[in-house]
Amino acid sequence: MIDLTVIWACIIGFAIIAYVVMDGFDLGIGILFPFFKAGKDRDTAMNSIAPVWDGNETWLVMGVGGLLAAFPLAYAIILPALYAPMIAMLLGLIFRGVAFEFRWRDPAHQAFWDKAFTTGSIIATFAQGVALGALLQGISVTGRAYSGGWWEWLSPFSLITGVGLLVGYALLGACWLNWKTEGGLQRQAVTYAGRLGIALLVMITIISLGTLTLEAKYYERWLSFPSIIATAQVPLASIIVTFLFYRSLSQKKDAQPFMWALALFGLCLVGLGVSIWPDIIPARVTIWEAAAPHRSQVFMLVGAAIMIPIILAYTAWSYWVFRGKVGAEGYH
Amino acid sequence: MLDQEWAIILARIQFAFTVSFHFIFPAFSIGLASFLAVLEGLWLKTGEGVYANLYRYWLKIFAVVFAMGVVSGIVMSYQFGTNWSVFSDKAGPVIGPLMAYEVLTAFFLEAGFLGVMLFGINKVGRKLHFVATLAVAVGTFVSAFWILSVNSWMQTPVGYEIGANGQFLPGDSWLTIIFNPSFPYRLVHTVLAAYLTTAFAVGAVGAFHLLQDRQNPGARKMFSMAMWMAAIVAPLQVVAGDFHGINTLEHQPTKVMAMEGHYDSHPDGAPLILFGIPNSKEKRVDYAIQIPKASSLILKHDLNAPLAGLDTIPDQDEPPVPIVFWSFRIMVGLGIGMVGIGLWSLFARARKRLYDWPWLHRAALVMGPSGFIAVLAGWVTTEVGRQPFTIYGVLRTVDSASPLDAPAVAVSLMAFVVVYFAIFGMGIWYIIKLMKKPPEAHEKPLDDAPIRSSGITPAMAVLEGSSS
Repeated sequence: MIDLTVIWACIIGFAIIAYVVMDGFDLGIGILFPFFKAGKDRDTAMNSIAPVWDGNETWLVMGVGGLLAAFPLAYAIILPALYAPMIAMLLGLIFRGVAFEFRWRDPAHQAFWDKAFTTGSIIATFAQGVALGALLQGISVTGRAYSGGWWEWLSPFSLITGVGLLVGYALLGACWLNWKTEGGLQRQAVTYAGRLGIALLVMITIISLGTLTLEAKYYERWLSFPSIIATAQVPLASIIVTFLFYRSLSQKKDAQPFMWALALFGLCLVGLGVSIWPDIIPARVTIWEAAAPHRSQVFMLVGAAIMIPIILAYTAWSYWVFRGKVGAEGYH
Repeated sequence: MLDQEWAIILARIQFAFTVSFHFIFPAFSIGLASFLAVLEGLWLKTGEGVYANLYRYWLKIFAVVFAMGVVSGIVMSYQFGTNWSVFSDKAGPVIGPLMAYEVLTAFFLEAGFLGVMLFGINKVGRKLHFVATLAVAVGTFVSAFWILSVNSWMQTPVGYEIGANGQFLPGDSWLTIIFNPSFPYRLVHTVLAAYLTTAFAVGAVGAFHLLQDRQNPGARKMFSMAMWMAAIVAPLQVVAGDFHGINTLEHQPTKVMAMEGHYDSHPDGAPLILFGIPNSKEKRVDYAIQIPKASSLILKHDLNAPLAGLDTIPDQDEPPVPIVFWSFRIMVGLGIGMVGIGLWSLFARARKRLYDWPWLHRAALVMGPSGFIAVLAGWVTTEVGRQPFTIYGVLRTVDSASPLDAPAVAVSLMAFVVVYFAIFGMGIWYIIKLMKKPPEAHEKPLDDAPIRSSGITPAMAVLEGSSS
């Protein structure tokens, strides 16, 4: 018999991947925004994501909504545990979300809204990274509730994962601009992508080694024999992907560096999965303990099985409509 | 007070604040999306340029409203967990799937087609662009469908069983849960409210510009369309509201007692209290101006029907009466004003004075924000009226909150207040700025936003090319 709980864990995992793949690059553009020349370059960078950011961010709602629906206990424990980072993320997303509209509506204060766009993107990204770190290092759970204080999430490790995600999203943003823009802006993006790639590798290494020290379970999962034969493939694949990333960058490819950067992110998420599976709250609550009852799972699965392919189809169509290089003019 | 009690009160204020601010935007965007679809449809059908112009004019406003609705809405989807985690754990198996359906069938649809709607007309052509506009409009409605189903289930919970772990578990039929007893009434009442809100906002903008220049064709057209909506939908809303009230009397009688200010039972015909000052301490309405037996007539359609009062309800199950009493009267008062404007506009139309009756225009201008206020007052009535429960009669609000420290909630509440007033205050100011510009014959986006104009102008050139 097929275990619907596992299927739902995969769907939530897919939503998280979809979110990182899609919203990662547009948050990254927000992070890099102040480094672009005010005026044409910033307008172009903004225009390259204006038609799609809203759809990208919907995956964040899908992730959290899906969590509530499929794993209500996990939703009820994780969100109070991550109270401060979650509120900060939401406020950051407000600033950057409205900046897309407001900077055109109020040219006199465009510089202000550009700063709001960057600040909001940085806060939202950093908070997401911190949230990941806080979950990995373990949160206090008693019975069916979070039992820690409101600063438990704060630790050197969670701050490092916050910085790591900033670097990662910035890399995706730079690669996206390399794909979608031309001229000086593209050259600038390529330079940043090259440097950010190295920075991300450093961060991934630190975070991976740090993770091993957090819980005995992670250590065993990765390094005990014979599982190491399988798990070692993840870092090996990461090295290969990194090589392909730099090769495509030096060959001045448009789309390929972005795809390889995404693949690197994908491998990080696979690594995350290796560490925590089958837990929904790492080292605390398993997916089966948190799962919604069978009837809820079945009802939603019908909707997800029909709707997710349709959503992916029209999302792809929307990206296709806005395909190609973005000019400062003639775009849209 | 205990730290935990403070934390719950702060969490309630935070939820009330963020959801009230949020709902202003969807109340407007549900109606505006449909209005835009009608404008584009009429333009495709008739080829008249005035429709294309109005589409352009309102699209700019829609974009700002929609952006604010999205970002304030994301907050709501997290707040169930951050501040009401016990509720989420318990009710998640029932309401979670409905909210997941909202994301799957509505949010993605709106977001996926919004980009094409805003920027894509010269990329996809007019027909496909119309499809995108329709998709966004349908998405706003589907979103209302699911979230109102969730809210209605919390008001009139049916079709569930309580599991061993204390969770609400779905029974055999999801249809019973989705179409719970108050849902059809709440859905109709809320969607009509969104249409009315938009009609009065659009009508006020039209009226404002008619007062400056009564020949402006765009202003005339939007005012006329808005006044048709007011004349038709406002009376329908009165009927829908009456049905909703009777449904509430059946399932949540305590709420109706608070709305009516009936502290005492009336065995042979209850009076309709028009105004008065509810006195919770003495459990009576001071200085009441009332019509004898009229409340029984409205609620039971019988002058002498008995109506129970709050004296039949244990004190710990009573909602705060004054808030419910006042918010209900604000909503009803504004509703009567809307019907009045609708009738006036019919009269003006019959006398061919719709576009040159400044007092009508001034009245419509004053009534511009009435929909927003009425919608908020209505939500306050229904949400405060179901207190002290989150899931009516089953789960108390005090038993629903997250185990948070009061300072954490206090800080987040302050942050929300500051950010919302600053950000959404600016947004509302931008909207008013856009509204103050008269609709021009060749409506452009903003003159001073070159990139954005390259976004919309070529699209609009397509529109103009065939309309002029």
